[in-house]
Amino acid sequence: MRDAPSLPVRALAGLGGAVLGLLAMIGRVTLFALSFFRHLLTPPFYGREFVVALGSIGWLSLPVVGMTAFFTGGALALQIYAGGSRFDAQAVVPQIVALGMVRELGPVLVGLMIAARVTSSIAAEIATMKVTEQIDALVTLSTHPMKYLTVPRVLAGLIVVPLLVGLGDVIGILGGFTVGVKSLGFNPAVYIRNTWDFLEPLDVISSLVKGVAFGFISTLMGCYAGMRSGRGAQGVGEATKSSVESASVLILTANFILTGVFFSV
Amino acid sequence: MIQLENLQKSFGPHKVLAGVDLTVPQGRSMVIIGGSGSGKSVLLKCILGLETPDGGRILVDGQDATKGDRDAFLARFGMLFQGAALFDSLPVWQNVAFRLLRGALKRPKAEAREIAIEKLRRVGLSPDVADKFPAELSGGMQKRVGLARAIAAEPQIIFFDEPTTGLDPIMAGVIDDLIREITAEMGATALTITHDMGSVRAIADEVAMLHGGKIRWSGPVAELDASGDPYVEQFITGSATGPIAALR
Repeated sequence: MRDAPSLPVRALAGLGGAVLGLLAMIGRVTLFALSFFRHLLTPPFYGREFVVALGSIGWLSLPVVGMTAFFTGGALALQIYAGGSRFDAQAVVPQIVALGMVRELGPVLVGLMIAARVTSSIAAEIATMKVTEQIDALVTLSTHPMKYLTVPRVLAGLIVVPLLVGLGDVIGILGGFTVGVKSLGFNPAVYIRNTWDFLEPLDVISSLVKGVAFGFISTLMGCYAGMRSGRGAQGVGEATKSSVESASVLILTANFILTGVFFSV
Repeated sequence: MIQLENLQKSFGPHKVLAGVDLTVPQGRSMVIIGGSGSGKSVLLKCILGLETPDGGRILVDGQDATKGDRDAFLARFGMLFQGAALFDSLPVWQNVAFRLLRGALKRPKAEAREIAIEKLRRVGLSPDVADKFPAELSGGMQKRVGLARAIAAEPQIIFFDEPTTGLDPIMAGVIDDLIREITAEMGATALTITHDMGSVRAIADEVAMLHGGKIRWSGPVAELDASGDPYVEQFITGSATGPIAALR
């Protein structure tokens, strides 16, 4: 009889198993994404489902995105003012708020809010459909689940999340403006001019590109986790949790990579 | 006609279908009986392509079901799922007319709605149900809507997965009668899986028993009680003692 493996060997085996599991998941997600593009480019298209997805991902996310951006912009203005006063740099509040919101906080916060609100909702809905055999029913009704469920949602995410990011940027700057003018004594016209003059086209472009990437990640991961859901309520719960976890981590990773691509010196 | 030849399917080490041979003649109603977990649902899913068999052949009117145009193949089928599997986000009439609102069988919306209401009427539901959502209906009503959806596109072959599970005996009888009447009216080939012996006697022309991954016995429903097979006898009498192991 062979001896039981030693602790280091077991630890190494565990690590190897985890790495293999991660690689397998990356492979499955990549295949899922490729399948999305293949189905996106071939008919039939489900216009009604696309319009519904636009509404639920875009329109219904406006309140949470708007409030998050506004209060973050306001808090950012207070922090920069307080921090800047240590080295007599309070005047840069409009510029830093604009730069911080447009380049970084706007896209990331909107992305994470979409992951919390939309990814979880998509994953739970599709997972429930799977558990209750609605996905099987779609197939028997000659309707491909990828075309009917995934393509409309991911396409809507690709279109609407950059718009939400753009809006979040503006509302965030508005939050900073409100705090700057009402609490910190900035002149409104000067605040707006400093914001406008300081921002460059690349700042806005990077923000919107991040929005496209985050929209794709958040909706795709929701659909992926839902489609791969296990059985029962536990399966739906696990799918929902893993969709938000993976979307959030991927959004932050993509943000780091895109920031490097746009602004590395 | 549906022919299964040496159909095999395993999940990991667990062999669910271990060489199933079965023929369902055209226009006949075949009921497959068997205990929970015996592979009845997997069998249906293999025929529909929802599961990929590990081996064997599935022939529908002589054509290999795994080859050729998938949409054209599925367009010949209707299916009533165990839990009805209605789409929560769509009103009842759009569930029923799902196939008529998109794809190759697409019709104008008003016509599709009219057909849906007609099918709802056929399964004993009034037109005012059409605009409700599935969550607003009782289990029996959901089953009827599922049945209406299964027959909406006039399929040649209809599958019924545990059609009476979870229903009270009276509603189960109503569903059984509807299945019998509708399949006879349409001249459809029907394949039902159930362990409800009341349903078996109400629906079946032919019965097959699936046990241990294989068809243990098959024959006309009239011969079921005199099958001479100890497995079938234990199953139809519901006895805890016999060759089929019962967990206590």
